[in-house]
Amino acid sequence: MKNKILPFSVIIIFGIIFFIFYKGLEDSKIYTPDVNTKKKIPVFNTKEFFSGENVKSSSIFELDKVYLLNIWSSWCVPCRQEHAFLMNLNLDNKLNIIGMNYKDNFKNAENFLKELGNPYKEIFIDLDGTISIEWGAYGVPESFLIYNDEIIKKYIGPLNQELVDEIKLFIK
Amino acid sequence: MKFLRFVLIFILSISSISVNAEENDKRNQITKNLRCLICQGQSVYDSDSEFANSLKIVVDKKLQEGLSEDQIYEYFKNKYGEWILYDPGLNKNTYILWLLPILIFLIGGAIIYKSFIVKK
Repeated sequence: MKNKILPFSVIIIFGIIFFIFYKGLEDSKIYTPDVNTKKKIPVFNTKEFFSGENVKSSSIFELDKVYLLNIWSSWCVPCRQEHAFLMNLNLDNKLNIIGMNYKDNFKNAENFLKELGNPYKEIFIDLDGTISIEWGAYGVPESFLIYNDEIIKKYIGPLNQELVDEIKLFIK
Repeated sequence: MKFLRFVLIFILSISSISVNAEENDKRNQITKNLRCLICQGQSVYDSDSEFANSLKIVVDKKLQEGLSEDQIYEYFKNKYGEWILYDPGLNKNTYILWLLPILIFLIGGAIIYKSFIVKK
């Protein structure tokens, strides 16, 4: 009896361990965040970029309009590359691009907009990065496609032509 | 009177320090359990990236709002998914992780029981 149980349980244990490691091989080692979120947009208080007036998030987003919230900063190099695509997207009147200025200096940010143009309908300030955390953002640049108070899709990193086409398709 | 005032100030400052220290301890404990998502193999506590620094501020704010540790974990889980927690909960992806030690313990116990205790 003893002779049978021991090898049998050893085989089972090794079998389980093999199965776990084998399963582990297939999993992606790189963390990929969920981008198709369909989450409600967060509630937050912020300041308007130019006037410095306090703004509540509920007054920014209206129903039945498509918004693109873009988190940007003048010190962020990929934001510069992305900016041309934002200017391009701004040509479409159906899309409202909202800027969220991330941990930035007002003067630098203003110069950035003067140099490259201002695609944003409105800009708000996130001085300590906490509002971006509310949005579930990782850093700059990051964009959120918003419709009816829901985040339809999240774009981590700079936008490119492919993503611009995708956004345009969604607006139609 | 002067001495009394001195003692009072001393006691007050000590107590405020200890309250601050308590809050810091809690902050550190929570941030140690949060994974810095844009760093590699670092907790939010260890990291000095923009992301981690903002997250520390948020944890402070939530503590001041009176949220418990579990509520804060729940909050970040909602925002960023389970991956941000170092201590994963029991769900369909992690059940092997949680049940395997128990299983091994039971099998091991059974072997010991069979081979030593029943033998006697």
